[in-house]
Amino acid sequence: MSVDMSQFLATFYEESFEGLEIMESELLNLDIGAADSETINTIFRAAHSIKGGSGTFGLTAVASFTHVMETMLDEMRDGRREVSQEAVTILLSAVDVLSEMLTALRDEQPLNHDAIGKAQQDLDSLMAAGNGSADTSVETKTESMPNDSQNITGWKIKFTPHTDMFKCGNDPVRMIRELDGLGDIKVDVDVAKLPELNKLIPEDSYLSWNISLNSPISEHDVREVFAWVEDECDLVISPVTGSGGNNSPELQVDVLESSFNLLAPQGEKLVARFYEELFSRYPQVVPLFKNTTPEKQQIKLLTALKLVVNNLRNPDTLVKALTEMGLRHQEYGAEAGHYDAVASTLIDVMQELAGDKWTTEIETAWKDALTVIAKVMLDSYVPDGQNVATPGMVATAPVGTPQVQVKTAEKRKSGGEASSIRVSIDKVDELINTVGELVITQSMLGQFGEVEDLNNSHLEKMRDGLAQLERNTRELQEAVMRIRMLPISFAFQRFPRLVHDLSAQLGKKVELKMSGEHTELDKTVMEKIGDPLVHLVRNSMDHGIEKPENRVDANKHETGVVHLNAYHQGGNIVIEIIDDGAGLNTEKILAKAKSLGLVTDSENMTEEQIHDLIFNPGFSTADEVSDVSGRGVGMDVVRRNIRSLGGTVDVKSVQGEGSTFTIRLPLTLAILDGQLVRVGSETYIIPLVSIVESVQLDEGKINIVSGRGEVYKLRDEFIPIVRLYHIFSIPFDMNDDERGLLVVVEADGEKIALFVDELLGQQQVVIKSLETNFKKVEGLSGATILGDGTVALILDVKGLFDLNAKVATRPEFVFRSNSEEAGDKGGGNSGVAA
Amino acid sequence: MATILAVDDSASMRQMVTFTLKGAGYEVVEASDGQEALEKAKGQQFNLVISDVNMPVMDGITLIKELRALEEYKFTPMLMLTTESGDDKKTQGKTAGATGWIVKPFNPDQLLATIKKVLD
Repeated sequence: MSVDMSQFLATFYEESFEGLEIMESELLNLDIGAADSETINTIFRAAHSIKGGSGTFGLTAVASFTHVMETMLDEMRDGRREVSQEAVTILLSAVDVLSEMLTALRDEQPLNHDAIGKAQQDLDSLMAAGNGSADTSVETKTESMPNDSQNITGWKIKFTPHTDMFKCGNDPVRMIRELDGLGDIKVDVDVAKLPELNKLIPEDSYLSWNISLNSPISEHDVREVFAWVEDECDLVISPVTGSGGNNSPELQVDVLESSFNLLAPQGEKLVARFYEELFSRYPQVVPLFKNTTPEKQQIKLLTALKLVVNNLRNPDTLVKALTEMGLRHQEYGAEAGHYDAVASTLIDVMQELAGDKWTTEIETAWKDALTVIAKVMLDSYVPDGQNVATPGMVATAPVGTPQVQVKTAEKRKSGGEASSIRVSIDKVDELINTVGELVITQSMLGQFGEVEDLNNSHLEKMRDGLAQLERNTRELQEAVMRIRMLPISFAFQRFPRLVHDLSAQLGKKVELKMSGEHTELDKTVMEKIGDPLVHLVRNSMDHGIEKPENRVDANKHETGVVHLNAYHQGGNIVIEIIDDGAGLNTEKILAKAKSLGLVTDSENMTEEQIHDLIFNPGFSTADEVSDVSGRGVGMDVVRRNIRSLGGTVDVKSVQGEGSTFTIRLPLTLAILDGQLVRVGSETYIIPLVSIVESVQLDEGKINIVSGRGEVYKLRDEFIPIVRLYHIFSIPFDMNDDERGLLVVVEADGEKIALFVDELLGQQQVVIKSLETNFKKVEGLSGATILGDGTVALILDVKGLFDLNAKVATRPEFVFRSNSEEAGDKGGGNSGVAA
Repeated sequence: MATILAVDDSASMRQMVTFTLKGAGYEVVEASDGQEALEKAKGQQFNLVISDVNMPVMDGITLIKELRALEEYKFTPMLMLTTESGDDKKTQGKTAGATGWIVKPFNPDQLLATIKKVLD
């Protein structure tokens, strides 16, 4: 089965970038020296996932780069490595490099090998110098398996599952089946341990198997079959070597047999002398025999020797017998060194008894035989707990070298960045639930379609049904909107790093506080609010927060605080950027404004109005332009960007105490609460948020001001009147101003009064873009489709201000114009063209 | 056909595992952490559980331990997804009752070969 891995890459990149963001923010959260293990664990998990995924999806450069990070974090997690400031800094820059790598790979751009190499070097040297176990290399493989690999023709396997093997979901049959796949096998089952039926516990395993596998594979491959159960079984694997498999060629069977026969008559003396000699030569082995008597032990040895010699031509039996002996000896506590002691003592005693019949040939034969016996017995030992004895199973994939060649441009879709969002299951479930209810309502209403004559009770029910439909629709709409909603923490999460880096750069001490991170807003809004937020935070840090020494002089704590706060208010999300810095300097702003010609007379200006001047183009009161916020992007751009999202930004400041920037944004850009108005035969929609009030027009209050057109005196204010039929050049039906209405709308603290013929209902409308479907039209922010299927245009209040400014100064619009003028210009998109 | 519970906090790994297994004709249910997996496993019997080790909320080792304690999952094969450096995790997993493991990175063929070993 071949699977095209590239199809998973988009998801992989997406989650990796999320992982990197988590790593970054958690790294910044780490308390140096006293790091919270859960935090480290979170960082580790993110690195671990990126590594695992990149390895799987073939991004080897990423995998090998992440490996070192992962190892380092693993050591920190286990407390083997100190969480030092240096380590955090290096890890942070590694996160940056990783992010660049992933971006480059995603966009199929070449990797920046210099940056990668540098970061890798930093990590490596930290790794090497670190106080952790510093051993990044995979454990050295003890490849020297004691096999005479040349002559192996097969394997004898004694497989004895422990009684509880089934309890981890394993089954011996699987291993045997797998062995079958490796070569010819002969399987003998050993039912010796099978209890009587009434004592048999069906969940336990009682059987064991003797398997001969006829295949010259390596011991590693054989052990691999049993890798999962190595701790749940006794496993004896011994090689079958040479031709025919009768016996081992190195065993001089004839010599062994004849020499043993020679000694057999003196068997008892042999074993007695052996123990005498053994205990005098190696007193340290005496405790191993504490559970037996010398007599019994001598008989045992003699039996064992006879068994060995009698079965020299019968390797299967011999190996089995030796294996069992080996297991027993392990229990006694016999170690490899003891076998040497036994062998040399035995040979010496044999030689002693054989007298001059002893030859070097006999000695060599026995030495070899005892070596083989010792090996088989030792091999049968069950590894204690750890898998020390099975190096083959440890690491199959070696750690890649740092500089891995990266294949760019695989057969991936180009461009590749289809924007997507991840939605929690809860939200989807809610959606499905709501749709379910909608279907029920539909089927209920559907019944009426089949009713011949509708009576009152039908109508009653139908009304109920329609009310339910309305509720369902609203719920569905809300549920769908919620899918696009993400917590603002997505926009906030870049700030810890920004503040961290920036405070170092500026030589200031700044603490970042964040609250309301779970406040949700539309993904599109979120994406667009990022840059203005960054700008405002930079601004607060650069111009707001003072240098530590200045703060101390001003009786403030030397560490300044920048506080990001978010909450919902009505249909808006409010984001505040609060600093406890110096606040805005009213005099300086005024002076600057005067020099820019923005203000001529400052007498009547409130403090608020003066502060608001900083949102004007070209405004910077910083004494020197720093490379932090003095980048030629002013507050005017911030305000413009926020306005383009239908939001507002204001500042409140108290000199010496700090400033608060408040951003208000609609929760979503897709739906709008609108007031429907009629002008002539057209219906327009005014965003409800902009409407201040609506008044019946009193003709006597209309004044004409030169250069400003018509104004309406509303209480103490003079508000410019905008006649929509002029602006949009449509026919209107009111000759009589008395019956018209004025809708007073506000934007940026200014008001205008829109002249309309009638106020219709209020409703939520779905905004359809004009740019996408038609073209940008001044004064309009979009269009929507009304319940009766007609299209209504949505007014852009801010745009109307600008439009009015242009139109009002034109002479033909200064005076109230009549129907004959407006009527014959119908069809134009904008009155400006007139 | 066998139903498999695939547990991994990484969406891309889940996608890959699910795609591969479904392609081979298995039914697959996904979970993104141990807790979610445990709940799903209680609601439906699976023939095999494949779980990542490092996950938020509940890790793979705990999941396996919890599942083994359930009567319905006493003998169900459970495989861990480990990395090459995860020897102690293998031991921990085995102690918790894991049947075996698959070493990351792995490719779809390796995954299927391993799964065929435990699904008869």
